[in-house]
Amino acid sequence: MTFTAPVLNYTILSPMLIILAGALIGVIIEAFVSKAFRPLVQLILTLGTLLLALVQVFRIRGTESVTAAMGSVIFDGPGFLLQAAILIISIISVFLIADNENFTALAAAIPGSVEEQESIQQGNKVTEVFPLTLFAVAGMLLFPISSDLITLFVALEMLSLPLYLMAGLSRRRRLLSQEAALKYFLLGAFSSAFFLFGAAYLYGYSGDITFAGIRDSVVGGSGNDIFLLIGIAFVSIGLLFKVGAVPFHAWSPDVYQGAPTAVTAFMAAATKVAAFGAMLRIYYTVFANAQWSWTPLLSGIAIITMLFGSFVAIAQRDVKRMLAYSSIAHAGFLLAGVIALNKAGLSASIFYLFAYGVATVGAFAVVTLVRDSAGEVTDLNRWTGLGKRSPWVASVFAFFLLAFAGIPLTSGFIGKFSIFSAAYESGAKAVVIAGVLSSAIAAFFYIRVIVLMFFTDSHEDATTVVIPSVLTRITVIFSFVITVALGVYPAPLIDFINKFATFIR
Amino acid sequence: MQINNGLVYLIALPLAGAAILLLAGRRSDKWGHIFATLMSASSFAVGLLQLSQMLARPAEERAVEQKLFEWISVGSFQVDAGLLLDQLSICFVLLITGVGTLIHIYSVAYMSHDKDRRRFFAYLNLFIAAMLLLVLGNSFLNLYVGWEGVGLASYLLIGFWNQKPAYATASKKAFIMNRVGDMGLSFAIMIAFATLGTVSFAGIKEAAPEASTASLTAIGIMLLVAATGKSAQFPLQAWLGDAMAGPTPVSALIHAATMVTAGVYLITRSNFIFDAAPTAQLLVVIVGAITLLFGAIIGTAKDDIKKALAASTMSQIGYMILGAGLGPVGYAFAIMHLITHGFFKAGMFLGAGSVMHGMDDEVNMRKYGNLRKFMPITFVTFGLGYLAILGVPPFAGFYSKDMIIETAFNAGGIKGILLGSAALLGAGITAFYMTRVMILTFTGAPRWDEKALPHESPILMWLPMAILAIGSVTSGFLLSRGDALVHWLEPLFAEHGEHEELLKPIVVTSLALLMVAIGVAIAFLKYSRSEVSRTAPEDVSLLTKIVRRDLLQDDFNEAIFMRPGQALTSTLVKTDEMVIDGAVRGIGSAALSSAGALRTSQTGFVRSYAALILIGAVALIAAIWVVTQ
Repeated sequence: MTFTAPVLNYTILSPMLIILAGALIGVIIEAFVSKAFRPLVQLILTLGTLLLALVQVFRIRGTESVTAAMGSVIFDGPGFLLQAAILIISIISVFLIADNENFTALAAAIPGSVEEQESIQQGNKVTEVFPLTLFAVAGMLLFPISSDLITLFVALEMLSLPLYLMAGLSRRRRLLSQEAALKYFLLGAFSSAFFLFGAAYLYGYSGDITFAGIRDSVVGGSGNDIFLLIGIAFVSIGLLFKVGAVPFHAWSPDVYQGAPTAVTAFMAAATKVAAFGAMLRIYYTVFANAQWSWTPLLSGIAIITMLFGSFVAIAQRDVKRMLAYSSIAHAGFLLAGVIALNKAGLSASIFYLFAYGVATVGAFAVVTLVRDSAGEVTDLNRWTGLGKRSPWVASVFAFFLLAFAGIPLTSGFIGKFSIFSAAYESGAKAVVIAGVLSSAIAAFFYIRVIVLMFFTDSHEDATTVVIPSVLTRITVIFSFVITVALGVYPAPLIDFINKFATFIR
Repeated sequence: MQINNGLVYLIALPLAGAAILLLAGRRSDKWGHIFATLMSASSFAVGLLQLSQMLARPAEERAVEQKLFEWISVGSFQVDAGLLLDQLSICFVLLITGVGTLIHIYSVAYMSHDKDRRRFFAYLNLFIAAMLLLVLGNSFLNLYVGWEGVGLASYLLIGFWNQKPAYATASKKAFIMNRVGDMGLSFAIMIAFATLGTVSFAGIKEAAPEASTASLTAIGIMLLVAATGKSAQFPLQAWLGDAMAGPTPVSALIHAATMVTAGVYLITRSNFIFDAAPTAQLLVVIVGAITLLFGAIIGTAKDDIKKALAASTMSQIGYMILGAGLGPVGYAFAIMHLITHGFFKAGMFLGAGSVMHGMDDEVNMRKYGNLRKFMPITFVTFGLGYLAILGVPPFAGFYSKDMIIETAFNAGGIKGILLGSAALLGAGITAFYMTRVMILTFTGAPRWDEKALPHESPILMWLPMAILAIGSVTSGFLLSRGDALVHWLEPLFAEHGEHEELLKPIVVTSLALLMVAIGVAIAFLKYSRSEVSRTAPEDVSLLTKIVRRDLLQDDFNEAIFMRPGQALTSTLVKTDEMVIDGAVRGIGSAALSSAGALRTSQTGFVRSYAALILIGAVALIAAIWVVTQ
């Protein structure tokens, strides 16, 4: 047996390596830097790492490689676009994470214990959240460029484990937060099992774990179709769980509500980009030739997801839960882009992911601003009359809601329009009809919040809007500007995406 | 066609004036009126410069164009914002800026006591700019912008004193009736684009010979609708009388000399369409003939001096429309009458303003009388305008109106006789009501209110009147000498053969003068011989009552359009509330209750979530089993 030197191709891996290096340095900082400086040092380190990785991603755009890390990583145009989107969304989320006072002082302390009290009095902060974020980002970067099932699974776990922890770090209502984290972990583990089970079936079908090998078997059509189908179904469950598609969505409202809002923003926006990125790659390259088998299933799931998300959101009384259901509905819309299975669908999906991700972070950033003496207020009843007390904040939030609803002159409209037209072109008419219908339903609850904020007389126990810090302000303004710009003049970004949006195999 | 990049200044100067005065606000109160007048005068100077350059070129190269920018570019639909200055538009440019500048000067004095004088001048400049855009646009779409612009300026100026609800209503009425006409213009543009694929004058002229008569007729009729709205022609004439609510200089400029003649311009400019669409052309002459009589008859019963002049304007524009509807032979005469009318009617309006200025804003002629003693200059300038509108030789109206009457008679057959007779009869009625205005205002015993102190107006007011009076005397002679205007405009219109003459020109002239003499005589007998009462007599015939009610034009509109329209809208509102809103609310509450039911699936127990995932997985496998079987 000869020993072959592994081909790693560091250039392709460099963004992830930078992030991982930053994360490790972060861990060391936790150990050695004094408590007083930690938040600032961690913030600078995290932002610097993310920016460096973003620059590096841009530097290697246009490179195409299937051989990196011994052929387990594939880098191409969509890989570049998705990584760039993840990094940009992560940067603006980190602003929120750094700003947020909603993290617990000592995560290990039992809620309500003396230890916790002491820790709060000492002014402790869980700066561990920064390296955790970086680890999660590294997993997210790897997820859409994995090119075999094992790497894909590793990436999935790598992005999930830090998120499980981060979900439990809320300062207030800590039991709810910890419950959410535990639920997320249990269900995540459950769905990971499905994923692995499916991966095993795919291996049984093709005798290979690489995407290229499985694809060759699908094209050749030599294997046992039942194996293939079960494999596709179970791998899909793992992925659909991450994006929150019905009926694998149940975790998301509880986790969105329980997790600190900054983490929710990061999770909702960045995870979705990574998970859909991986889905797009698998369905567009590996399973493309077995389209006959999975399109009907995925269409069914997409339709149920859109309608369920839109319908149930109507009944929500909590703004974070409402946004969670809205995110479920959006997962359904994005599935339409996967089903489209054409170039337009790929471009539209990537555009949608970026536009939706940015608007989501912006919307959650606004949620962090609405507080009373006890902290963030997410009960929608107490948002009444917000438009009169804080017209700017309410207007910006209203704008993000309009973007979610897909009203023209927002990025949401362009995204929805392009994704539905791509799906229509490919013949998925039922999905498009359901999509348009549920968009109409969704508009109902988005606009209801606007009515609540602007046209309803305010409650007595009114909330106040805190004056946003510089960091939060940057996030809100950046998200707002991007959402407007992509709605009014989307052509440059669409052209840019079109230039890169082709998977290599 | 030659390019001339100076055309834009014609519009840019007054537009800048309006913008600066409106943006600077109160800060420009002190100098705003002078600035606006200078802007208008500079635009006139540019117009004169353009004319001198145009005269230096041979007849076929006189038209010049300027492309401003690419305006609309959608697939095959390309429209540039472009200006066209040719023999027709230069006439309008000089009339608009020339008369416009005079009226600016007049307004400096007339509006000197108004604290909003600056705003008034800003609107006047805006009007000048919009009107110039209207006549300089090189396509129907560019024209449309100017068309809407003058509508806006007219609305703003009629309602300038909108603190009086009646005036505000008048401006709204004018605006809404104009909208009806504007719809006609937009339909014409749409039809032109749909059938001919272009909206530029040059493009349509080129495409017209191959186009179907039906589509050209449709365009023509829609253009006529537009013209009736803007030019206060039957059946969209009812707004003009109320528009007299605006300050008198506005009535002189917008509602006598320029804007209301835009319909004549539109028809003349679209001559290639109407020449190829005889049905539309026939409708044009019918509208013209009806309106010239309609306006003249209304004019006989008006006691308000401005409303009498407004009715007269309506009637005179009827003559122009009639002339423009007579085809290539009539276009030049329509334009000639338009220009001479611009002089004498503007002059008379300014005269009316001068009278009002001296009579404490009294407009009721029954409370005038013997003013010639106190306002000699006003009397003379108004009198010259009077002679011009009557068509007494050698005053301006004689040349222009006579030619239209003559051409109408020569239209051939029954049509010619009917049109000619209508025009002739109109001339007689005109003589009657204008003489009535003269007698009631300037002669007889004074019937003033106690506080009235009639006096002559300041020089800034009578100087423009005097200049316009000179125009009323000479313009007709100058324009028709050697058929000057006819030859000038010749390159624009199709050739026309010689018509056989129904009546010799000298016969028509004699008949017209006879009618005028009869009209004047009746007026003298009725108003000069006996005492005029200070209030309108009530014991009059039904016919008089009807005429006093403007031939029931408002009653007609209210009964036929307004009340059914109101009923329709209130029904629609009810339908909206009951059916549409009801359905929406129903769907909303249904969604809410079903959402409430679905929501219960979210129990909060992780075991049930896991079960849900399991059920989902089983369902997927089952579905696969179904698919593969």
